[in-house]
Amino acid sequence: MSTAHDATHDPYGASESETTSGRVFTVTGQDWDTVTSGVADEAEDRIVVNMGPQHPSTHGVLRLILELEGETITEARCGIGYLHTGIEKNMEYRSWVQGVTFCTRMDYLSPFYNEQTYSMGVERLLGIEDQVPEKAHVMRVLLMEINRISSHLVAIATGGMEIGALTVMTIGFREREMCLDLFELITGLRMNHGFIRPGGVAQRMPPGALDQIRDFIALMKKRLPEYAALCNANPIFKGRLVDVGYLDLAGCMALGITGPVLRSTGYPWDLRKTQPYSGYEDYEFDVVTWDTCDAYGRFRIRLEEMYQSLRIIEQCADRLEGLQGAPIMVEDKKIAWPSQLAVGADGMGNSLDHIKHIMGESMEALIHHFKLVTEGFRVPAGQAYVPVESPRGELGAHVVSDGGTRPYRAHFRDPSFTNLQATSVMTEGGMVSDVVVAIASLDPVMGGVDR
Amino acid sequence: MTSGPTGSPGGTGPTERGSGSGPAGTTDSSTSGMPEDATPGSTLPAAPGARYHEAVDTRTGMFGTRGSGDTTGYGGLVQPVTMPPPSEPPYGGWFDEVAQALSSGLAEMGLPDTVEQVVVDRGEITFFIRRAGLLETARLLRDGEALRFEMCLGVSGVHFPGEKGRELHAVYHLLSMTHNRRIRLEVACPEGDPHIPSVVSVYPTNDWHERETYDFFGIVFDGHPALTRIQMPDDWPGHPQRKDYPLGGIPVEYKGATIPPPDDRRSYN
Repeated sequence: MSTAHDATHDPYGASESETTSGRVFTVTGQDWDTVTSGVADEAEDRIVVNMGPQHPSTHGVLRLILELEGETITEARCGIGYLHTGIEKNMEYRSWVQGVTFCTRMDYLSPFYNEQTYSMGVERLLGIEDQVPEKAHVMRVLLMEINRISSHLVAIATGGMEIGALTVMTIGFREREMCLDLFELITGLRMNHGFIRPGGVAQRMPPGALDQIRDFIALMKKRLPEYAALCNANPIFKGRLVDVGYLDLAGCMALGITGPVLRSTGYPWDLRKTQPYSGYEDYEFDVVTWDTCDAYGRFRIRLEEMYQSLRIIEQCADRLEGLQGAPIMVEDKKIAWPSQLAVGADGMGNSLDHIKHIMGESMEALIHHFKLVTEGFRVPAGQAYVPVESPRGELGAHVVSDGGTRPYRAHFRDPSFTNLQATSVMTEGGMVSDVVVAIASLDPVMGGVDR
Repeated sequence: MTSGPTGSPGGTGPTERGSGSGPAGTTDSSTSGMPEDATPGSTLPAAPGARYHEAVDTRTGMFGTRGSGDTTGYGGLVQPVTMPPPSEPPYGGWFDEVAQALSSGLAEMGLPDTVEQVVVDRGEITFFIRRAGLLETARLLRDGEALRFEMCLGVSGVHFPGEKGRELHAVYHLLSMTHNRRIRLEVACPEGDPHIPSVVSVYPTNDWHERETYDFFGIVFDGHPALTRIQMPDDWPGHPQRKDYPLGGIPVEYKGATIPPPDDRRSYN
């Protein structure tokens, strides 16, 4: 450092050091002046910015390597893998049912979709797709659609926060909390539910759940217009989002982009309509599209999709009204989880009736319970891929069985992982301030990217 | 923490088991970054013929217990593990249309033997493709008018250590939005010569997917623009999702009892 610098030394400025690859500044925030004055005497204008992996605007532990010329991005690359936890490998060492509790933790903002695509893959391998009871399907759809709302809320909330719209963040998380309350009521957990299982779902609807769902629908119908009023025509919001992160249909096809990003090109591709599963063909809802191919269009799509999800949730609630007491698991006792859960005085617990039955009445029931829980069921050899439309696009599990009691291989095609490849296309040539907007419009969840 | 790698147990070289049409023994296994216009067929020997109808593995004992003193009396049982057998036409529905368009298209391109076999199982169709013709097949599947599989949903690796000469499988899921159809391609290569042509030039989306499969399985996708690790650190030894790579983990002690890590526990597979 020169003496001239020392005279005006800023204790809060970026620290500077020399390495073999050039001068390195460690930036901590509001200290860009130090960097610009520090490189002013360099002949080269090119700056490489390492954004992340710990950075508030990268949706988790995403690392961006940006090459700047002035404030223009000339090259953008992603560094991922910081959240790799080896879930797919771990699943090979657990039973087929235990796999659900692993894969639910992948994309932690849309856990039910991970469970659903995995469970449907296992059901196809078992050949029991037709035997899954109707109520299980309705409950799956219900939970998935509430989950779509909560996931889109986080997408909008964090995206808003990153451009400085803190109100969008606070109200987004306020509403998401209500979704999580519903999850907690129905599954017992706010996240990482492990609720959708091969063959059905884990538990019946608790008493009073339908009323709460109806209250939620009523409240959301009041609250969702607030987002529209706050953002849709807001000149600052539009100024940051319109025409940013442009990706047209050809680009989406080549890069395998699905979900709201694909629909923002005007192409109404939604697996719930085109390749329906879990009875989606019987629900009334519209596929939302926009034709601007930009971040603003994706915001509007997410907003409108929440309305459509509310419509589906309403229909689910109506159906569940008529399905009280209906089974929620396949009848095949060689597959269905033997244990029954019941709400005790202290919350969740094993059903006392079931424990009495296996411990006091029937040796065979005990053996059956023990075998199914410790060993698990066998799945005939083969492979299956049953994708679902997650809030981020096509999520699919490629499950391979060798006829054993554990997945031989489970691979998740996560939309976040694929969509993140569009970062370069969407940001290069644009302003550095638009990078966070473009990435927020992709809505990547690093838990799903890295698995 | 995973404690280091396990080297692949010297996979069967292509020249030993090599049969079929490929010029066995002409491989330069260090070939990577093949020019795009090169015909991979000239450099890649074919893996031995598909043996999916044969055993891919052997399961011993009824419960698969290992090293724990199995007292069930079923420990001597030996069962072959077989995957769904190949299907014969007609496959039913639109499967025949796709299979027909694919085989006639490949024949026109002078690659008649590229499809090893077709498996229709559980309502899904799988084409086993010889690795030499994968790139041409992918291009045909994307562009052929009756095919139009515009979208590739990435590649997933599967490791069958018991399937000698075809240990590593790359599985591609393709989607035709035009016709609303899905198919699966499966390509096998031996562990000793883990090369498969990259399809990034046809499906750019496979860039990261192939890097991931390389990272976890060590399949080298020839012609990939920058085949580096993507999830594991750059200097990581070994390929974690191969079956001979341990899960890792440490025994946990709790109130005097020790619980072994998951891959050392008694299991029932």
